[in-house]
Parts: sequence; C-alpha cells; structure tokens
Amino acid sequence: MAIRKRELTFWEKLYLPQIFSGLKLTMKHFFVNLFIHMAHRLGLMKNSSAAVTIQYPEERRWLAPRLRTRHRLMLREEGTPRCVGCMMCETICPAKCITIVAGEHPDPNVEKYPTRFDIDLGKCVYCGYCVEACPEDAIRMDTQILDIAAYSRDAMKLDMHELLNPTLRKPLKECELKFPHKCAIHDGKITGSWDAVYGKGPKKSNQFESETPSH
Amino acid sequence: MIWDIVIKLVIAGAVFFFVLNLAGAHTWLERKQSAVMQDRIGANRATLFGQRLLGIPHSIADAVKMFTKEDFIPANADPFLHTLAPFLSVFFAMVAFAGIPFGDHLMLGGRMIELQVAKVDVALLYIFAMLSLGVYGVILAGYASRSNYALLGAMRASAQMISYEIALGAGIAGIVMIYGTLDLQEMVRAQGGLAWGFLPKWGIFLQPVAFFIFLTAALAETKRTPFDLPEGESEIIGYFVEYSGMKFGMFFLTDFVETILVACLATTLFFGGWQIPGLSVAGFNFFGHLIAVNPVIYALLGVMSFTLKVLIFCWLFMAIRWTLPRFRYDQLMRLGWQYLFPIAIANVVITGLILALVK
Ligand code: SF4
Ligand code: SF4
Repeated sequence: MAIRKRELTFWEKLYLPQIFSGLKLTMKHFFVNLFIHMAHRLGLMKNSSAAVTIQYPEERRWLAPRLRTRHRLMLREEGTPRCVGCMMCETICPAKCITIVAGEHPDPNVEKYPTRFDIDLGKCVYCGYCVEACPEDAIRMDTQILDIAAYSRDAMKLDMHELLNPTLRKPLKECELKFPHKCAIHDGKITGSWDAVYGKGPKKSNQFESETPSH
Repeated sequence: MIWDIVIKLVIAGAVFFFVLNLAGAHTWLERKQSAVMQDRIGANRATLFGQRLLGIPHSIADAVKMFTKEDFIPANADPFLHTLAPFLSVFFAMVAFAGIPFGDHLMLGGRMIELQVAKVDVALLYIFAMLSLGVYGVILAGYASRSNYALLGAMRASAQMISYEIALGAGIAGIVMIYGTLDLQEMVRAQGGLAWGFLPKWGIFLQPVAFFIFLTAALAETKRTPFDLPEGESEIIGYFVEYSGMKFGMFFLTDFVETILVACLATTLFFGGWQIPGLSVAGFNFFGHLIAVNPVIYALLGVMSFTLKVLIFCWLFMAIRWTLPRFRYDQLMRLGWQYLFPIAIANVVITGLILALVK
C-alpha cells in the first residue's frame, strides 16, 4: 500500500502561520485556565474547573459498582463469617492465593467455618472466580478499595481480621473477633470462644434452629 | 578608583543574582505554565512549613535533590574533562550577561554609573562569541563521557548550533546596519523616541524580518523544544546522558540561562531595551505635555521596563516550547540553511539598498 503524503500548502510551508495558530490555541487555554485558577483563589467560579486533574488521595474517580476491588468476607447476624469452609474458592483460585483452615461449627446446620482465612493480595489476579464459586455468597469483591499497596510482602497478605472488616489494614492492634480462630495477632494461636458469641452453657441444636433460617 | 571597582562588583553581583534566580524560577515556570496550558494542575505536593505555595517548594526540592544525588563519572571517561564540561557550559552562558545593558546610566553622588556590567563597545560581538564558545561545553561533555550516544548527541548539538549561528549572525547584520554600531548601549539609546509621532523606534518595527530570524535561530541556540534534538530528553538521548547530580543540573541551568540571555538580547535589539515609549531623560512626554521625572527614578523605571520585557520574553519562549513539536533533523538543517540563511542575506541586501536610498 502506498502511503500518500498530503502536499503542504504554501502557507503551511512557511511555518510561521502554523506556529501562530498553534500558539493561539495554547494561549487560549493558558489565559482561560489562568483566569479560572485566579477566580478559584478568590472563591469564585467554583462550578468551572481549570484542570481535568483529579487530585487523587483527596478526590477519587467514580468506580463502577461491578468493579472487582479488595475482598471482604460477609458476616452472619451474630458476627461470625458466613463462610462455611467449603474450600471452593481456594480450589478455583488460579493464583493459589487463598488459604483456608476449616473448623467445626457448633451449629449443626452450618457445615464448618474458617478458623483461618488468608488472601495474599500480592498474588491475587483479581479474576473474581472466588466470588463466583462461593455457594454461600460469603466472599465479595465490592469494597471499592483500590489502594492495596503495602511496604512488605507480609503486609500484602490479608487475614481474617482485615477480610471481615475492610476498614482494617496491617499493622493490626487488637483482635476484634470473638469466635475461635487462628489469630494472626496472637502468633497464630487459637483465640476467642463460641461462648463469647452465643453466651455461656452447652450448645443445644434447637438453640440455633430459631436463629438460622431453615433451608 | 576603589569605588569604581566596588560599583562594578555590586552591579555584576546584582545581575548574576537576578539571572540565577530567574533561571531557578524557570523550573517552576516550566512546570506550572505547561500545566496551565494543558489543563493540568502541575506539581503541587512539596510543602514548605506546611504550605504548598503554588508549587514553588518543588524548585527548592529539585535543587536539594540535584545536590544530594550521586555524582557519577563513567569508568572510561576522562574525569577532568567530564567535570570541566558543565562548568564551561554554564560559565560562557553567564559571562555573556556582562554585555547586556539593563538601564540608562544612573547619576549618583556626582558619579555616572553605567547600568551594564562591562561597557564594551563591541558588546554584541562579545555576546555572540560567548554563545559560540558554549558549544565547547557541549562537545566536551559528549567527548569526555566516552559514550557513543553522548558523542552522537554532542555532534548533533554542535552541528545545530554552528548552523544556526550563521543564520543568527546574518539576521542580526540588518539591525547592526541600521544602528551603525555594535555597542548595545548605543543601540538601545538609538531606539528611544518615536517614529512618525506614535511608533516607538524599536528594532522590531524597523527590522521585522530580522526579528523572526533572530528569534528562530536564537531558540535553536538555546537547545530547547522545538529545537531540542541535541538533548532529546525522552528518547534520542543527548550529550549529557552520562551526567548525574549537580553536573546534570548545570547543563539544565545552562539551558535556562541561555533562554534568559536570548530574552535579554531580543529585548535589547528589538524591543528598545530599557526604553519606555515617551519617556526620556527630560521627563515623560504625555501628548505634548512634559512631566518631569527624577533622574534616579528615570533610571530605575528603565531597569523595570527592561526586566518586564525580559520576563515577557521568557514567558513567550516557554509558551513556544510547550506548543511546538520537535523538528526532524533534516527539517532542522533545511530550515537553518535553506530558509533562514537566504532570508537573512536577502534582508541584509534589502536593508542596505534602503539605507543607500534614504541617505
Ligand atoms: S480474585 Fe481470583 S486470584 Fe484473587 S483470590 Fe479470588 S480467585 Fe484468587
Ligand atoms: S467458597 Fe465461600 S463458603 Fe466456600 S470456603 Fe470460600 S468463602 Fe467460604
């Protein structure tokens, strides 16, 4: 294919008129923007903007609701994870970045629950398969949190504290989870008890029947 | 005698202070003006005492960064020449300011103080000589780095600077013919007064063609966009590719100092230097009425007028720099040799004819 070059007209060949028309355009932007900037300083013309810049940490762009962002684990009414420890998400995860250790749940209607649930965001590819795979709608990626960068690889790993409460980020100070879990804050020891969640006394199966909707 | 030396030193100090600070301010101007022209905000995150001050702290942060960065000399480079090059570059750009008259003479305590660092009667030649010597800094930088890319950049730079110097000199010839002197102070004096009662007798009105030739060639001399082939900051790599830290900063500074020098020259040659239309030693001529002005104030007004014109030129050069894309190398050479040079020669011939007819 032959590339056809457009012949320049005489005025274009002279450079100068073209340079002036270019300068005219940039000058127009310069003076209009300068005027608006100065008006802003005086507190005027707040509606017109002199720049297309979004001042990032203070201003954020609108994000689509379906955008896949930082993960969170959903909660039941009493504050325990909705996750039943089925390992579907861990199995489907193409990046192999989910680590779940399942534990026995006192409620016979609930299969299991995670005593540990980690997602390594340093490996996650944000494919959203974990959300798709979950049978319990226990994991979602709708926090709209994008600034997940951290200073160390360890800090990129979210544990259950951060997943259950998306406002948290390492370093964590104190554990807020009541149910028994391998607590990263306490060197992976099991902390918390079901008593703190459901009250003292032996757990009877009919205690839960009224609380959990029957399937 | 001793007073003469002190006064000269003070004037030289004042000029250098002004030029260096203006060059520093150029880094701020460069960021902010380009930002405003391109609908952006520009660097504004550095703070001084918690204040953003329109991004001015960024210039200071830049300077601190330049000074604290590692100064790296490549293994095979000649350390002496490698260090010398940036100093040569900035030196020749700075000393050229000695020839620029920035005000009429000031009468102070019965002493006539010439507002020009060095009263040379070939000031114009002197400045062009210094501008040409600047190319040594460039070629030395490329040569001493022992890097093929730096050397190629230096070759491009010297080819460009030498080509455009010819157009520059030929372009200026017209203005020298009209004023009949190489003394810049005399040239500025000759630009006082009005032609036909309304038009200031500035070089731009007498020699408009020479002005455009001068502007183009001078911009090429400063090695900034659209003539930044020697540097090609982002892609083709220039002569200072092997420089870091403050030595790189000095090349950067040279660019800005040269821009200011060109602004000063354009003001002096074509925009009446320190002249203000209507103002003369006798006073301000306001439609036939003469308002007397104190001689000291008169001199200071001249300095202010000169400064203002220089600032406007700096702003204009910045606007041009952020408007035009870079030339291709063949376009650059064609523009210099096939357009600017013949036009400059034609301008000289026509000016000569007109002068011969008028006299
Ligand atoms: S989004 Fe994809 S990669 Fe990330 S945790 Fe879920 S399944 Fe794994
Ligand atoms: S798929 Fe859902 S319920 Fe199953 S382990 Fe993952 S989060 Fe828990």
